[in-house]
Amino acid sequence: MTRTTMSPQLRRRENISGYLFLLPSLIFFIGFVVVPMIMCVVTSFFDANMNMNTPDKFIGFANYVELWKDPVFLKALVNTFIIVLVSVPFVCIFSLWVASAIYKMKEGLLSFFRIVFYLPVVTGSVAVTVVWKWMYNNYYGIFNYLFKNVGLIDQNINWLGDPRFALACIIIILLTTSVGQPIVLYVSALSNVDQSLVEAAEVDGATNLQVFWRIKWPQIMPTTLYILVITTINSFQCFALIQLLTSGGPNYATETVMYYIYYTAFKLYRFGYGNAMGVILAIFIGILSAIQFRLAREK
Amino acid sequence: MKKVLSIALALVMILALAACSGNGQNNQSADATEITLWTYPIGNWGDEATVTALTDAFTAETGIKVKVEYLTYADGDDKVNTALTANAGPDLIMEGPERLVSNWGANGYMVNIADLFDDQDKAEINAAALAACYADANTAYEYPLVMTAHCMAVNMNAVREAGAEANINTETHTWTTEQFLDTVNKLYAKYGDTVGAVFCNGQGGDQGTRALVNNLYGGTFTDAAHTKYTWDDPKNIQALKTLYDLDGINYDASIVGGDEIANFYNGIFKMAFCWNIAQQLNPNSAGTGAGLTANGDEIVFMAFPSETGEAKLQGGIWGFGIVNNGDEARIEAAKKFIKYMADSEHTYDAVRASNFFAARSAVAGEALDVWSDNEIMAEYTKLMPFLGDYYQVTVNWAPARTAWWNMLQKVGASDGSEDAIAAAVAAGCAEANGN
Amino acid sequence: MSKRTVAYRVVSFIILIILAILFIFPLYWIVTGMFKTPAAINSPTPQWFPQEWTLRNIKELFSRRSAPLFGNIPIKVPGAVRWMINTVFMAVMAMVLTCVTAAMAGYALAKKRFFGRGLLFSLIVAAMALPKQVILVPLVREISALGLYDNIWAVIFPTVGWPFGVFLMKQFSEGIPGEMLEAARIDGASELRTFTSVVTPLIKPGIGALAIFTFINSWNDYFMQLIMLTSSSKLTISLGIATMQAENSTDFGLIMAGAALAAIPIIIVFLLFQKYFTKGITMGAVKG
Repeated sequence: MTRTTMSPQLRRRENISGYLFLLPSLIFFIGFVVVPMIMCVVTSFFDANMNMNTPDKFIGFANYVELWKDPVFLKALVNTFIIVLVSVPFVCIFSLWVASAIYKMKEGLLSFFRIVFYLPVVTGSVAVTVVWKWMYNNYYGIFNYLFKNVGLIDQNINWLGDPRFALACIIIILLTTSVGQPIVLYVSALSNVDQSLVEAAEVDGATNLQVFWRIKWPQIMPTTLYILVITTINSFQCFALIQLLTSGGPNYATETVMYYIYYTAFKLYRFGYGNAMGVILAIFIGILSAIQFRLAREK
Repeated sequence: MKKVLSIALALVMILALAACSGNGQNNQSADATEITLWTYPIGNWGDEATVTALTDAFTAETGIKVKVEYLTYADGDDKVNTALTANAGPDLIMEGPERLVSNWGANGYMVNIADLFDDQDKAEINAAALAACYADANTAYEYPLVMTAHCMAVNMNAVREAGAEANINTETHTWTTEQFLDTVNKLYAKYGDTVGAVFCNGQGGDQGTRALVNNLYGGTFTDAAHTKYTWDDPKNIQALKTLYDLDGINYDASIVGGDEIANFYNGIFKMAFCWNIAQQLNPNSAGTGAGLTANGDEIVFMAFPSETGEAKLQGGIWGFGIVNNGDEARIEAAKKFIKYMADSEHTYDAVRASNFFAARSAVAGEALDVWSDNEIMAEYTKLMPFLGDYYQVTVNWAPARTAWWNMLQKVGASDGSEDAIAAAVAAGCAEANGN
Repeated sequence: MSKRTVAYRVVSFIILIILAILFIFPLYWIVTGMFKTPAAINSPTPQWFPQEWTLRNIKELFSRRSAPLFGNIPIKVPGAVRWMINTVFMAVMAMVLTCVTAAMAGYALAKKRFFGRGLLFSLIVAAMALPKQVILVPLVREISALGLYDNIWAVIFPTVGWPFGVFLMKQFSEGIPGEMLEAARIDGASELRTFTSVVTPLIKPGIGALAIFTFINSWNDYFMQLIMLTSSSKLTISLGIATMQAENSTDFGLIMAGAALAAIPIIIVFLLFQKYFTKGITMGAVKG
């Protein structure tokens, strides 16, 4: 169906019905995402704060200028990208490995593993965090207990309190709450791979690895791209873990832009400054999504 | 199966719909006979049964209904801030001057209640507490109800085991820096583990770490006029370095004050820096009883150590403030509530519920004697003369607290050299002062 | 099968089992923790299984707070009961509204050729990854201007506005054969009728997946609930449990019981419907 074959009436009908179908969704989308985003952009040019006695003052790009001189913001930006850049590939590789290890199993076992890996998502980050906090605990946590018993470490490590480990600890929890859906997706993508091609390759004496790269990988590519998208989204939503476990510390080691925005708005009451950060983050996310979708379209 | 499920679903929805539709009405009610009170968990003012008994008595006498919401220190500030931003704050908030006066008051959300204090009230209320409730000579944002001194605590059984009991004076509850250091070293030698922690994950309990650092060598936190932060004082740097070098003390960025207390109750720490009378009275979650840890060890509360043994303790002052919601009738009702709780014959009950000391010595000329029947409270009054300057009303307080935590985290992550600590302190203090 | 393949299978199975334990562990710990005595929970050496069972934590959970059963009627029930009702209402409403609006919008984006379609789709894609913290303060102001602050709808509406559902449903609707729509039009079916009788049956698995997905997300969206709700009669289960913490003394038994209470219903829902969920999400992705 191309534009040229459409009659004017049909095109009008498509326009009207298209928008009517979109309307209910657009009301919510515009009302609760787009409008706040516009307000966010506007406020970012003001010295907006919580004080009722001083009116918000228009200050142009001053908030943005300050941002690039704020070492905490820059650190937060770097951390945010570390989280995304580490967790996205890792989730893909990990879930692909799990999926390929389980997709040929009997239905009962397969479904068991599928549920198990989805459990942390369902349990919710607040509940999961309670347990992880205990597991990481410096004094009686399970990791120190186990690692000491095995002889891996001889002194307790303060996992969440040490700037060297804290971010890695957060990423590990994030991973356990992210792989559920990708595994489900890969399992079904792998079982849909054309078996005749695989068999033909095996007859030709291809190794397992060759079969995977030449035959399976291209066929599961669309799934991989989709997983890239949802995992990226998921990584940017990583807030509760940081709020509940480290508050951005120690020494800003786990500070992310999402947490810093919240902190600036609700602890320092600098709404304009926080909103300027939000705008910068939104621009980065926009660029990232554009790249991902360009990639997806090319395939 | 499907049918049952859909019927159940429909039922739940109808029920819930009813639940929600019934609710929307009170929000903007002009009816002055209902006011809302938000309390932080100040002793049993966080316990529904206790508070309901108090407010029911108030309602019976005045006809004014009180709706109470319970906040926590973990996210209470966020809730109040959002509510104020949304113009949907409560009528009354129960907290201390650090929030009511220097935060929400300074930002223009509170009602000036200076008219509630007559000359007799001013004479009866503790002078330091009264001063803290005033933003300037004619503006008050809080009516104080109770107060306490924050202190620290030691696990006495462990101290005895370690042979350090000579350092602990259970009569005066004070000690010198030297005695403190000796105690930590002996506990460390005995247990080889963490004795206590400078907790610095930012979420409260900072009064403990502030008082510990300031007292150790006599540093200050702010200037006397409460206009700027002075914790870049070399004496504080010396204290931070001493704590860093002590084997038994960790800078721990993974725990908050509440975790520290839990660790202390459970015998992991032998000392707690986040302590006050409410903790001392708390029978702990294992239910072993007041003044005992979870496995029954004796807890002794102590003033913070200082070179002379004369500590300057951090005060906690709690009372009520009125949020300005523009409705005169509700403000009047809220004032009645304050008078009832903090300035009447009912003050006795209101104070008892908090597990803290009354902020006033008498009500309308009649002496207010709340705790003379309680041994632990009577013992604790020995610390009250050491109450220091209430500096939590200094400008920029909320950001300054955060700067303090971050500074501690930086010191903890540094190599412990004097230069590194001094740099962290200088940067943090500059941030607190807003430059 | 070569020896190497067998060895690989055995090793990977062992690793899988270890991972499975790690993934189940948080839930296991919460559920058993609910029945442990405070001493056992706080013990420095972990107690893998409750040696002494107690209902103390659950009793505490149900006795510390109370709230009216619904509305402001004077029947008082334990707060946790009311919060559970609120949470179910919130999650169900968010789910229903999201599914209906997203299914319609996704269909339009995939199958209608209207003006501004490309732009709109780009906007939706860009907004998908936007963290809520970015629009937090303006959203709070807008919600309060609408008079919705401290109302369960303040949590529901932004959830519905999040455009991931639209994106997902567009992926599904791409797979609808154009001839079927053409045939319906030739038969003179109205647009709405085409949608309900031709499109909906085809994208049903997708709607099922989106429903479960939204239900879980909305149930667990602690942050939004924290910011938007304040009255104890309007709290959700995870939020209400958080308010029970006393000052500066963490009662882990109570936290465990609360976490379990918040998690168990949603896990049951997930287990009941996971078949549809699995089927649904895979179809959408593979077609994408």
